[in-house]
Amino acid sequence: MPSKDEVFDKIRAALVDALGVDEDEVTPNATLTGDLGAESIDFLDIVFRLEKSFDIKIPRGELFPESILTDPQYVADGKFTPAGIEELRKRMPFANLDEFAKNPVAQEFGNLFTVQMIANYVESKVNVEA
Amino acid sequence: MRWIWIDRFVEFESGRRARALKNLTLAEEHLHDHFFGYPIMPNSLITEGLAQTGGILVGEMRNFEEKVILAKIPKITFHFAAKPGDTLTYTAEVESIEDNGALVKATSHVGERLQAEGELMFAHLDESRSVKTLFEPKNFVFTLKLLGVFDVGRGSAAGAIAEPPGLAHLRAASPET
Repeated sequence: MPSKDEVFDKIRAALVDALGVDEDEVTPNATLTGDLGAESIDFLDIVFRLEKSFDIKIPRGELFPESILTDPQYVADGKFTPAGIEELRKRMPFANLDEFAKNPVAQEFGNLFTVQMIANYVESKVNVEA
Repeated sequence: MRWIWIDRFVEFESGRRARALKNLTLAEEHLHDHFFGYPIMPNSLITEGLAQTGGILVGEMRNFEEKVILAKIPKITFHFAAKPGDTLTYTAEVESIEDNGALVKATSHVGERLQAEGELMFAHLDESRSVKTLFEPKNFVFTLKLLGVFDVGRGSAAGAIAEPPGLAHLRAASPET
């Protein structure tokens, strides 16, 4: 059973390989797009590496539910609707949505994807030492 | 000039692995144009050959129904320069694949020597994307035949496959083939 530190180390290794960043750039609060420069294809690369590293299956759209952005029920006029926020809470229980919900501009959606968010997600998929 | 950077497949195991050859000769202009007086195969074109080996491997897994494009090179390392007279053996192995794309490990060898190694990511573009046609289906099928994909291809089940099932799809798109 891995410890939280071991989980984080593996995530860091996956991000270093996928994004070509230095280890010390991969901090818990670093955002994938803003701080680490991830582009769309990188998200798939990250998913592949996490699956291999942790021997887990990550269903499409579970970790990075980008498709939500194109659903007019959830995003209108560049902002998440109340239903959209509700949907995010349901689909991303591993993300910290409180701050985002105050001003849910769709453009800021990418900033939810932090290293810590990935750690929370992985910890929900593998048994972690308490 | 044809944008074909492998000469022939020598192994093709559907969904797992493909191996292709690229022979280098002094007759190739690009060897001379790279560094004056020092003809070597440009690493970018070796990368293209690896991508063609891996791309056809990935495309065949989905019956060539989606376009497969090289989307990212997470890493690639070249250990020495490939020279005229060398035969490069490109090997591509599927690491991961899903609806959006695939990750392939690729190597290039000269004989037993590891010449290059890396990872290639491919993205799938299905017909719903409004992308320009990248190649004529007829030409693509012809190229696959030329490269010997159907001669050495093996399906995921035991036994040879005469031709990847995707051929029927391409034939339908190009009846005169």
